[in-house]
Amino acid sequence: MIKEYLKLEKVEGPLIMVSDVDNVSYGERVKITIEGTETRHGKVIKIEDKLVVIQVFEGTTGISIHNSAIQFMGKPLEISLSADLLGRVFNGIGEPIDGGYPIHTTNKQNINGRPINPVARKYPKNFIQTGVSSIDALMTLIRGQKLPIFSGNGMAHNELAVQIVNQAKIKGANSENFAVVFGAMGVRHDDAAYFKKSFESSGVLDHVIMYLNLADDPIVERISTPRTALTAAEYLAFEKNMHVLVILTDITSYAEALREISSIRGEVPSRKGYPGYLYSDLATLYERAGMLEDREGSITLIPILTMPNDDITHPIPDLTGFITEGQIVLSRELNQKNIYPPIAILPSLSRLMKDGIGEGFTREDHADLSNQLFSAYSHVQDIRSLAQIIGEDDLSDIDKKYLQFGKVFEEKFISQGKTENRSITETLDLGWKIISILPKTELDRIKPDMLERFYINNEEEG
Amino acid sequence: MSHKGKVSLVNGPVVQGDGMGLFKLNEMVTVGDKRLIGEVVALENEIATVQVYEETEGLKANEEIISTGAPLSINLGPGMLGNMFDGIQRPLKKIESISKNFIPEGIGLLSIDEEKLWEVNIEVKVGQKLSQGEIYGTIQETQSIVHKLMVPPSISGIVEKVEENGEYKLNDVIVTLKKDNGELAELSLVQKWPVRKNRPINYRIPIYKPLITGQRVIDTFFPLAKGGTVALPGGFGTGKTVTQHQLAKWSDADIIVYIGCGERGNEMTNVLEEFPALIDPRTNRPLMERTILIANTSNMPVAAREASIYTGITMAEYFRDMGYDVAIMADSTSRWAEALREISGRLEEMPAEEGYPAYLPSRLAQFYERAGCVETLSGKEASVTIIGAVSPPGGDFSEPVTENTKRFVSAFLALDKKLAYARHYPAINYLTSYSSYIELLKNWYRENVSPDMLPVRNKMMKLLQEEEKLNEIVQLVGEDVLPNDQQLILETARLVKKGFLQQNALHKEDTYVSLTKQYKMLKVLETFYDSALLCVKMGIPLTTIRQEPVYQDIVKMKYEVPNNKLNLLDELIQKIKVSYENLRKKYES
Repeated sequence: MIKEYLKLEKVEGPLIMVSDVDNVSYGERVKITIEGTETRHGKVIKIEDKLVVIQVFEGTTGISIHNSAIQFMGKPLEISLSADLLGRVFNGIGEPIDGGYPIHTTNKQNINGRPINPVARKYPKNFIQTGVSSIDALMTLIRGQKLPIFSGNGMAHNELAVQIVNQAKIKGANSENFAVVFGAMGVRHDDAAYFKKSFESSGVLDHVIMYLNLADDPIVERISTPRTALTAAEYLAFEKNMHVLVILTDITSYAEALREISSIRGEVPSRKGYPGYLYSDLATLYERAGMLEDREGSITLIPILTMPNDDITHPIPDLTGFITEGQIVLSRELNQKNIYPPIAILPSLSRLMKDGIGEGFTREDHADLSNQLFSAYSHVQDIRSLAQIIGEDDLSDIDKKYLQFGKVFEEKFISQGKTENRSITETLDLGWKIISILPKTELDRIKPDMLERFYINNEEEG
Repeated sequence: MSHKGKVSLVNGPVVQGDGMGLFKLNEMVTVGDKRLIGEVVALENEIATVQVYEETEGLKANEEIISTGAPLSINLGPGMLGNMFDGIQRPLKKIESISKNFIPEGIGLLSIDEEKLWEVNIEVKVGQKLSQGEIYGTIQETQSIVHKLMVPPSISGIVEKVEENGEYKLNDVIVTLKKDNGELAELSLVQKWPVRKNRPINYRIPIYKPLITGQRVIDTFFPLAKGGTVALPGGFGTGKTVTQHQLAKWSDADIIVYIGCGERGNEMTNVLEEFPALIDPRTNRPLMERTILIANTSNMPVAAREASIYTGITMAEYFRDMGYDVAIMADSTSRWAEALREISGRLEEMPAEEGYPAYLPSRLAQFYERAGCVETLSGKEASVTIIGAVSPPGGDFSEPVTENTKRFVSAFLALDKKLAYARHYPAINYLTSYSSYIELLKNWYRENVSPDMLPVRNKMMKLLQEEEKLNEIVQLVGEDVLPNDQQLILETARLVKKGFLQQNALHKEDTYVSLTKQYKMLKVLETFYDSALLCVKMGIPLTTIRQEPVYQDIVKMKYEVPNNKLNLLDELIQKIKVSYENLRKKYES
């Protein structure tokens, strides 16, 4: 018989405090029964002698000092793991919300996971073709990578994520072994519905597990949502040897929930009121992506975050960028030009790309071409600002070529249809066609022999 | 006699215990039934505050805290080179053998391998007097590094007993000393040292040698020194880690200690895969043989991240004491400072700037001051160089960690977002970076490279600075309206950037460049500028100058001149002179 505590010391925001408690462990799961009918869940987040602070996942509305019974469950928050998870929808603490049966299994795992030992990791090298030219050519996604999308409100990050999921799945011999884990933190109902519908229409729904904590759901549950999602992903990848693509959206809502709880706990804030441990906390999520030396499966993580005020130096994108292996940044400017996907090329980056492209992976000219496209497009920006001052007509001929290159690059290369799936060969060939607008002498990032082989002499065509 | 206390508060990595009046500050303790490892960080009456180096989930009030009697210490002896440790020197391969793939808590204190047999060469005889720091035995630890066994600091005496040369394990006693007070001191292959305490030296030597890195922008423009301190700040995506890896690979230090402090797991895995395959150009042995890795990745417990920096520097000092030049790379010191902040917050200390504790500057100073060029206790010249990466939030260098670091380092290699966006790598900003070692190294460059090296460097630096000023005008009116000689400055600066400052870490000829080659490349650029200036003065337009075939040779020299054919650069210098002379003659007639 588990002991029940019937009197609370304090209720404040999502926290409750119970005194005179014995034998409770840090991080332990708590069951709260309100007026004998409603059940909620919590977690011990601080022990101070006999006083225990509990975070309530479903919120504390309706809890009074006397109307609740508290039980300590003797173990941390765990979720049930089995292959039956595929195709199901759960809330942030892993309870089914699709009307289906609960998952029955003896395999339960603590949602906090444990850090992967760096010596056990396998360095990710396998190229994932997303079919999106700008990503494949310039910020190549690698199996086992964590590559976030930095977006802003109202931009097409959801569409891009769906396109990546749909098109990436085709690649590889055992596409049957492919799963998507979708974790939604504080997203709107229609966004969640959009994802569900898209998975349905592309026929991958059987391979998807969804963990939903929507915008009006309790914030404490938002903290556990990505953890339950990643625990499921680890199970599929490392026990079932599947290639798992995890989409977490929106990290900004997650971090805000963290800030809210931190402020209620009276912790010392650091930048913009976010707690000092935001970096460590985000790292415990992102670092769960990867591959293991002795396992077949992989976790590729695409977190989506909306940059408050499109500010990339805001703590959330900033700290994320320090942990993830690159970033795909969306640009308000391109979005306004109606270019889809509106990927801002210059600040975007894939850190694992250097080892996953080139001969044997994509094509031998990939690295040089990609460097050249970056540096030429960066030069385009300088010329555009010059043109704004002196006017386009007064530019030198070579500068005019750059402007032309910039325009074609944005309209033909970056821009593509939402279902348009370009192979890496198509993408690279297109890149050469566009970079060849510039004269050979400008292409200083490309090794001479590559230039000989791939450069397209436009003048001959007319 | 070990003391015991009882857990009374658990708040993440911070735990308080009651009944701990006999515990000492900074003493290492084990916490709870799982025997998690922790360190006492504050004492008040009977209450002690402990920072725990492992995950505290599952810990209960009233579990026991047990003293170990010693401050946080590590074992110094053979078996560190080529290995990867966590922040408190537990070997990660060993942890992997205990618990597959994931790091559990409560595995206790592990350290370097105690079972391995080492072939020891004993170098002392009975009756010999040995004082602190003197060498009593050597071990060929890897093919390139001889490990020297030294009498621990503050111990000295007459050799009473010596074992034969042969194979010994880490804890086997091989030499016994009789100290002046008659006590015996047993010396094995290992000594313990508290990580927060500097290892003693005889005295400091003024800095005079560069740390050669093979990176042009560093060696030529902002040289580092053996025994110096360097900060490498940059926002995310500016190539800090790639630059740190390049330094770890190619620096001409004898030993490299690489600390991955709160960084990505895959980066450490990358080092583990890549380094054993890379060959040290000086010893022709795998780079891994001279490298020690410390990995406390961002998802590993935060308190151990704080300790990892000290663990690393203590290992570095130990190898320095043997007479080696050691370089330590800390990637990133910001994560270490954030760990300080996180723990400080949990201790409810009064925060100073941006939530960092008020002791941040003094902790930074203590760390960087452990670098230096020294005479060791055994009278050898050796050095520890610290290269600390800094990750300023938002790339803003005015934040507390960057600001305070700047006060304690002498070289500052600022990584620049704009350069990185243009894929100008290494993205070291050539205008805001500085190295105050140039003055100290002047003689060395004069004697070992060329008396001409620094003057040419200064000339090129000046061109880059002028280009920056001219660029402001160009942005308003365009390049074509500038007079020809100013256009030439722009052109030359472009060449310096493309042909010299940018260096391709992935290209086999370009990834490491010797000082001689750097000097010759610099001379090529100078020759171009001087020759072209003569042409410009005659009224030859810049487009004509650029159309000379030799111009493309300059742009591509970094790829096309192999490191073992430097005479090609001398030929290029001649070719430049001749072509532009011919151009002038053609123009005259």
